[in-house]
Amino acid sequence: MTPLDSDIAHLLAGSLVLVSFVLLYQDRMFALLNFFAVHACVLALSVGWQAYLQRAPHLFITALIALLFKGVIIPVALHRIVVRLGIHRTIESVVSIGPTMLFGMALVALSVVVMLPVTQSAGAFVREDLAFALSVVLLGFLMMVTRRNAVSQVIGFMSLENGLVLAATGARGMPLVVEISVGFSVLIAFLVVGIFLFRIRERFDTVELQALDMSRGESA
Amino acid sequence: MSVSVGSVALAGLLGTPAFGALLLAAIPSYRVAAALNMALCALTLVCAGLLYSHRPERSLYLLVDDVNTIFLIIGALVGFTTSVFSAGYIAHEVQSRKLRSRDLRFYHALYQFLMFAMDLALVSNNIGLMWVGVELATLTTVVMVGIYRTNAALEAAWKYFILGSVGIGLALFGTILVYLAGQEHLGEGMPAMAWDRLAAHSAGFDPALLNLSFVFLLLGYGTKVGLVPVHAWLPDAHAEGPTPISAVLSGLLLNVALFALLRFRLIMAGNSAVLSPGPMMVTMGALSLVFAGFMIYRRRDIKRMFAYSSIEHMGIITLAFGLGGPLANFAGLLHMAMHSLTKSAIFFGVGYISQLEGTQRIADIRGLTHSQPLLGWLLVVGVVAIAGLPPFGIFTSEFLLVTSTFARSPWLAILLVVGLMIAFSALALRLHGLAFGKTDKHHTLPAWRLIPMALQLGLVATAGVYLPGAVVEWFRHVADQLG
Amino acid sequence: MTHEWLTQLAQAALVLGLAPLLSGVTRKIRARLLRRQGPSLVQPYRDLLKLIRKEAVIAENASWLFRAAPYVIFATTWVAAALVPTFATGLMLSASADLIVIVALLGTARFLLALAGLDVGTSFGGIGSSREMMFASLAEPAMLMAVFTLSLFAGSTELSSISAYMLGPNAGVSISLALALVALVIVTIGENARIPVDNPATHLELTMVHEAMILEYSGRHLAVIEAAASLKLLLYLSLIACVFIPWGTALSGAGVLAYAIGLGAYAIKLAALAFLLVMFETATAKMRVFRVPEFLGVALMLGLLGTIMLFVSRVSR
Repeated sequence: MTPLDSDIAHLLAGSLVLVSFVLLYQDRMFALLNFFAVHACVLALSVGWQAYLQRAPHLFITALIALLFKGVIIPVALHRIVVRLGIHRTIESVVSIGPTMLFGMALVALSVVVMLPVTQSAGAFVREDLAFALSVVLLGFLMMVTRRNAVSQVIGFMSLENGLVLAATGARGMPLVVEISVGFSVLIAFLVVGIFLFRIRERFDTVELQALDMSRGESA
Repeated sequence: MSVSVGSVALAGLLGTPAFGALLLAAIPSYRVAAALNMALCALTLVCAGLLYSHRPERSLYLLVDDVNTIFLIIGALVGFTTSVFSAGYIAHEVQSRKLRSRDLRFYHALYQFLMFAMDLALVSNNIGLMWVGVELATLTTVVMVGIYRTNAALEAAWKYFILGSVGIGLALFGTILVYLAGQEHLGEGMPAMAWDRLAAHSAGFDPALLNLSFVFLLLGYGTKVGLVPVHAWLPDAHAEGPTPISAVLSGLLLNVALFALLRFRLIMAGNSAVLSPGPMMVTMGALSLVFAGFMIYRRRDIKRMFAYSSIEHMGIITLAFGLGGPLANFAGLLHMAMHSLTKSAIFFGVGYISQLEGTQRIADIRGLTHSQPLLGWLLVVGVVAIAGLPPFGIFTSEFLLVTSTFARSPWLAILLVVGLMIAFSALALRLHGLAFGKTDKHHTLPAWRLIPMALQLGLVATAGVYLPGAVVEWFRHVADQLG
Repeated sequence: MTHEWLTQLAQAALVLGLAPLLSGVTRKIRARLLRRQGPSLVQPYRDLLKLIRKEAVIAENASWLFRAAPYVIFATTWVAAALVPTFATGLMLSASADLIVIVALLGTARFLLALAGLDVGTSFGGIGSSREMMFASLAEPAMLMAVFTLSLFAGSTELSSISAYMLGPNAGVSISLALALVALVIVTIGENARIPVDNPATHLELTMVHEAMILEYSGRHLAVIEAAASLKLLLYLSLIACVFIPWGTALSGAGVLAYAIGLGAYAIKLAALAFLLVMFETATAKMRVFRVPEFLGVALMLGLLGTIMLFVSRVSR
């Protein structure tokens, strides 16, 4: 494995973290969906490259699933749902962008600091990959926490899953079971989400979770 | 080569709910579906019972040993009784127009699928497969919690979905790290994901990696168990979902998630250089106990109150397993079994109460022993049992736990007792109004409907007084293995 | 030794001489892109000469700071510009002055300029200074982050060493470098008062930043400040050229031919960068002032990210 190979792997994994950051501050629906598609494409490239480097053909399938499913099908479907729900014109108030971004940087630094010493015995490749994967997971989590809109939270969850897929590819030789399960869970998650979004729409005129919060029965 | 009884039983355990789900999805009538549901659960219970004595060969994917047999039998039993309860409950809901029969279309199929997912998680040897099982179970319950489609139900289901998914994600990351730790010694691929091999060889794993992975696993699966501070989904999901689901959640799913944690704890136990997972579990358990104990006071919704009681008891069980040692483990196992039986019995009662009274608000429910004596007194028995009074099984396990904790760490024992007292007094306070207030109402309820509840409470009462020697031996054997 | 002294002095003279030409070139390209004729390429020289001959009108309440500031600003900027390798890397002063010093020198210049803007007490000066400081509070950390990334990459903070490293075989494709480049470009735009941060040709109150601070200056003081501003632009462009497009730069101790090639290469790189800068300027509109911190914040984020990623790849190698 030449230095160029590992540089490219580094480049792709780093780009995934970068796109996660970009996702954090998007406040328009369509832009968010498009960037999510970009996120999935970068993931597919990264997994594909790892497949080539590790000589693991089953990872090509994972890359293909990520590309087709999360890069094309889900963004298109969410696009339609968004238009049907009529929320494509809303500008979401992302909770204070500056502190969020700084906190995101802190999370990236944290995951690097946590993962690198722990994986001393694994190969260089794997260590970087896991550090970046954990960053993407934590950034996805941050996105879910700072968003008010149901669709944005779902996108945050999916970017979290992308990070998990990256971590799973980094762990050499992890069997297809996990990949199928991750894909499967995306499917079911999407079905569930779809059902809920429509049901939420039926009940309210908004997918704003603040409206849902009002009927929270925690005091009961 | 003849197929052993064990493998047939295992195939039956997994296959019955799986095929049952498919079958039930095709049946439109909810009455037929409910009956079929009960039959399938009974069959699963038989298979689980068979697995106690006839163990199939272990493979890379599936494994039946002493530890999961307990969970399997309890799970199948509670699943069966809940299906009986569910039949009556759902019929009433449809009649009173709270649910339409098309909402119920997939209810029974999902119920069987849930059983399948939980059994899969329990018998899997592959840590990835275990994760898949827990995830499928979570997603199934998310759909079922939202079935009433009211504002509150949707919000509860959404919250459950979001928190559950995050927990699942963290658990997967922890699983990947465990695989990474095992991979160096066991090679790549399937062998490094087999739990029995991981547990056997864990002495040579990298301790730092194992430590980190356990943190993720504790947070991830701990969300499913309902440990504080990642418990936020639990009260809402219990209160807004249909009562059979609350029973299944409290009685089964929480146990399955705890089982997953125990499996990983066993892996950690093999390696002496890791940070002991015990203190972490004890901390979260104690936190859950005390927090939930306080929260029970101010609850105004009956199901929410018992949901916090579930959090409290899962905290006790986690604390017990976190302490470790034969006596504490035994107490934990016994408590788990007793809690499943008692809590689901209570939820059966609560389900009927909310149907008869038409409300879930505690302030509006009064004098149950006068309006419906059988139900009222059974509820009293149930609450007394869950509060930890003798002669019920929960008292036995709590007593054992307190004594073994006191021997090791007196302060912790004091904390434990304080937590138990808080919860006990809260429950007693509420019970007084619920059961013995003044009321003029009279409800009718066919007595046979209360058989599952009475049966389970009877079992708990018997266990408090006399535990058969075989059962004690069984539990003790498993407690020793848990380390 | 002498070699390096000569190179250094030659470079100092070169940058001084080239800076107005660079301004002229950017103005000409911009005009041409906007389908105007534009002023001649040597117009900035003529402007400077004109300004030097004119009388400097100074407000009554101006202090000694007002009179001294232009010269100090010019001096620091010139020194900083002289430190950035243009056609050759072996510079005498680079042993003692590295990237951090360059950043510090530019910071001093900015500080004095802001003070001078405040000095006379007009409201325009106040606006300019406060806006400038707001931008600087983000641009300077971003610049430092980019500097750290480059230094970690090349193993030294001296620009000559960095440039030499980039020419060598060890430098590879790296996302951190790409991020540092983008961060530096954004900082360049921000620091030199180009669109979309600030319009260099405006005198509208709403849009002035740099122009507002120097509004009170005239005559020779203004000439000196204008020269300093064009030196600053030259500095940034040379920085980007020497780090990211290092080919053609003569290494220390090479022959005269190498120096000649270095000079030619430098001229081409400068022209190309100026062209790209102007293209970008004509393609965007000026941002509203409160949006600029977001723009510069992006540079800071990218710089931070580049540093972290580089740290990851270094530690794991």
